[in-house]
Amino acid sequence: MIGAIVIGLAAGVVAGLLGVGGGVLFVPGLVFFLGLDQHHAEATSLLAIIPVAIVGTYRQDRYGNVRRHDALLLGLLSVAGAAGGVTLANALSGAFLRDAFAGLLVIVAAQLVRRTLRRAPARPGEGAGAGL
Amino acid sequence: MHVVADTSPQRGLRLMAIGTLAGLFSGLFGVGGGSVIVPLLVLWLGYGERAATATSLAAIVFIAGFATAVQGLYGNVNLLDALLVGVPAIGGVLIGTSLQQRMQTRSIALLFAAVLVASAVELVLR
Repeated sequence: MIGAIVIGLAAGVVAGLLGVGGGVLFVPGLVFFLGLDQHHAEATSLLAIIPVAIVGTYRQDRYGNVRRHDALLLGLLSVAGAAGGVTLANALSGAFLRDAFAGLLVIVAAQLVRRTLRRAPARPGEGAGAGL
Repeated sequence: MHVVADTSPQRGLRLMAIGTLAGLFSGLFGVGGGSVIVPLLVLWLGYGERAATATSLAAIVFIAGFATAVQGLYGNVNLLDALLVGVPAIGGVLIGTSLQQRMQTRSIALLFAAVLVASAVELVLR
């Protein structure tokens, strides 16, 4: 339970920093600390993401960083993909989905390291957060 | 600086491709899709890093909303467990967004990458 709360907090921090939902931490957190299977962990993660993204968006919008028109288009245009993704997830076995998710984590980690190492030293003037 | 009113077909197609791909990722893996959206906004639409992360969060509200609704139809969503991780995450996102405005967050990103790899190993070994 404490573990779940800590990982939730950490997921929120990375969501704010990286502009993601935090699902890459929610899902393993729900599996490890609350004993959910992969399907339930993924579905529950999606629900947990919503308030995080709302609050993060509100904050970022006040900093003037949100391009509202594009965000709305992206969101609305995602509906077919999201429905297809969920349907596919539910058609796959939990074991396969879990291994695929682990693969996703490694790819995201590699991408993050690459972006961080490439950008951080190159643009000191652009400063904060640009390293991500 | 950015031409918000640019509605060229190419730009629209790129947004559609990013939205669809992010939705697919979101639904398949239970994530927001930001790890797809942020790099593609930077690469394809010339976004700066901060505008990309901010716009991604806003899009994720819709994406996660749609995906949650469909997962709800399958009966997979646990409300209480979502609150248990989601409520502390609201505090976390306030910290994360304000950190992003004022500091170099390189070491946090690298730490996060390490946590992801460790989680991946743990998941596979389970």
